Amino acid sequence: MKRFLYELTESWKIAAAQMASNKTRSMLTALGVIIGIVAVTLMGTAINGISTGFDKSMSVIGDDVLYVSQRPWTRMDDWWNYRDRRKIRTEYADKINHAIAATPNTNLMVAVPTMSLLRSVKAGDNSVENVFILGTTADYTLISTLDCSEGRFFSELESRGGAEVCIVGYDVADSLFAGRSALKKKILINGHPFEVMGTLSRQGTFLGIFSLDSIVVIPLPAFKKYFSAKSEADVRVKVRDKTQMADAKDELTGIMRRLRSLAPEKKDDFSVNEQQAFKSTLDAVKATIAIAGLFITGLSLFVGAIGIMNITFVSVKERTKEIGTRKALGARRRTILLQFLIESTALCLVGGLIGLVFAYLMCFGMAAAFPSFPIRFSFELVIASMIVSVLTGLVSGIAPAWSASRLDPVTALRYE
Amino acid sequence: MNPSFTRPSGPLVIDIENITKEYVMGEEIIHALRGVTLQIRRNEYLAIMGPSGSGKSTLMNMLGCLDTPTSGRYDFNGKNVSEMDGDELAAIRNREIGFVFQTFNLLPRSTSLRNVELPLIYAGIDPAEREERAEQAMIAVGLGDRLLHKPNELSGGQRQRVAIARALVNNPSIILADEPTGNLDSKTGEEIMALFENLYHQGNTVILVTHEADIARHARRNVHLRDGVVESDEATPVAAPGEPVGMH
Repeated sequence: MKRFLYELTESWKIAAAQMASNKTRSMLTALGVIIGIVAVTLMGTAINGISTGFDKSMSVIGDDVLYVSQRPWTRMDDWWNYRDRRKIRTEYADKINHAIAATPNTNLMVAVPTMSLLRSVKAGDNSVENVFILGTTADYTLISTLDCSEGRFFSELESRGGAEVCIVGYDVADSLFAGRSALKKKILINGHPFEVMGTLSRQGTFLGIFSLDSIVVIPLPAFKKYFSAKSEADVRVKVRDKTQMADAKDELTGIMRRLRSLAPEKKDDFSVNEQQAFKSTLDAVKATIAIAGLFITGLSLFVGAIGIMNITFVSVKERTKEIGTRKALGARRRTILLQFLIESTALCLVGGLIGLVFAYLMCFGMAAAFPSFPIRFSFELVIASMIVSVLTGLVSGIAPAWSASRLDPVTALRYE
Repeated sequence: MNPSFTRPSGPLVIDIENITKEYVMGEEIIHALRGVTLQIRRNEYLAIMGPSGSGKSTLMNMLGCLDTPTSGRYDFNGKNVSEMDGDELAAIRNREIGFVFQTFNLLPRSTSLRNVELPLIYAGIDPAEREERAEQAMIAVGLGDRLLHKPNELSGGQRQRVAIARALVNNPSIILADEPTGNLDSKTGEEIMALFENLYHQGNTVILVTHEADIARHARRNVHLRDGVVESDEATPVAAPGEPVGMH
């Protein structure tokens, strides 16, 4: 072991001297690895970012809430099967709540109706297009993670009384009132006046596609009065114990079938959706992106590795006589093998480090250019790319180093 | 054997008995050595001579443990090396044999000191002692002031001296020099030969491999090879200084 460390140290010195004396060639060779590591690292960062974004977005849906909807979220291929289903009615929420109350040991907690559509919102001269208008009841606070940074959510009484009040999302408040408080102000939703009684704290974006802060929440009766025409309704049901999601789903399906008086042989004409199903679909997408991305960028690293292998072969050829001399002076096979292996590894490691610095700077630039995309340059990624560099060096160096170590000293000494 | 030849009385270093070496060259089998028997004792100064194709280089490779014979026995310091594998031979070369090559074979980008240290690196000597011993060897060949010069900053003679320092540094049992003056002018060649003479007087065993009679006459014993066998093995007539001595 001590002997091995000794040889390792000496091989490092030889490798360093070799790189220093062949600067141009070493740099050009390392360039392949630099580009490879930059590509792989950036791809890793992007995948990390996408993953973080996905997870963050998922938490908005809530992992303990079931959504009763007309269509399933995940099976988009045969949507026409779902198009003609009966609409989900907001009244189901009350009926489900009655059923929950009547069931001992139920897995369900509370059902809340929601309706939504996109409308423009105005206040004075400012307006915002395509705002997500959500109509719901006061119970909404029981199932959602939303909270008010200012003001409060509307009460049961206000909701039932058809009060024309609203809670506005961060983006809406910011666009309409630009830093000033929105409380007690009147806003026009599709021309109808509502009074702001609360603003929501910032949520960010969903999958980086649309803002979760471009939202206005209003009481369901008011929503129905003005906008019910073509909007879709959902019933969201919170589950008591999220480890029992499957049971809860079965229970809810049973309640819905009874509500709709479906005969046992009939299929469900509604869908019970949950975050998990959505998440598995997204996880599959995520995995595909990751595999495809890393494969493609991995190719560039592979090209770099071939460059290293090539240059190590050339180096072995050029230094055949040196290898012969070293062998004559007592270098063992292992010593020669180690020397060339470490030369190629050192080259890759230097390339990897330089690549990492470039990748870090590029991430910095990207983070500045796209602040909404969650770029994360993690320590794990640094370690991973260093390991990848070393492996690249070992893999690309092993064949030339092996051939060098097997050279016959007599032949090598005679080589000109 | 020549009666005037007095055998040195030291212990046997090299004991070769009836070794042969065959190479396969395409369809042909080349018999480079056809049965050579040779004994070399400590503190001998010997020259191996012969025209090209005589098996001289092959014998040198055998003596230097760079290659193993096809048949026959080779004992080095009492150890049978004819059956050793590559790494065992490497260890013998490292500890027992100091090579001096015609083309010096120095590492071009390393300093003299680093070149001389090389055998000690393969012997696993720690850096401080390595440097100390390499410096001593450089002083011994008269290059104590050229430690940090690289080969291209030295003359041919100086390069060969560095190579000799490298051969000496691990206190080998034999110094094996292959045409050591072949790439030097005659004056520098004489200086190098004087250095070998010196090493011999200090008790080293020196083996020269050469085709030049002028070089071989410096040795005390001449072995002639022809067609893969020893043609003659006799003492060299001692030359008076400045008086050229013919071989035959």
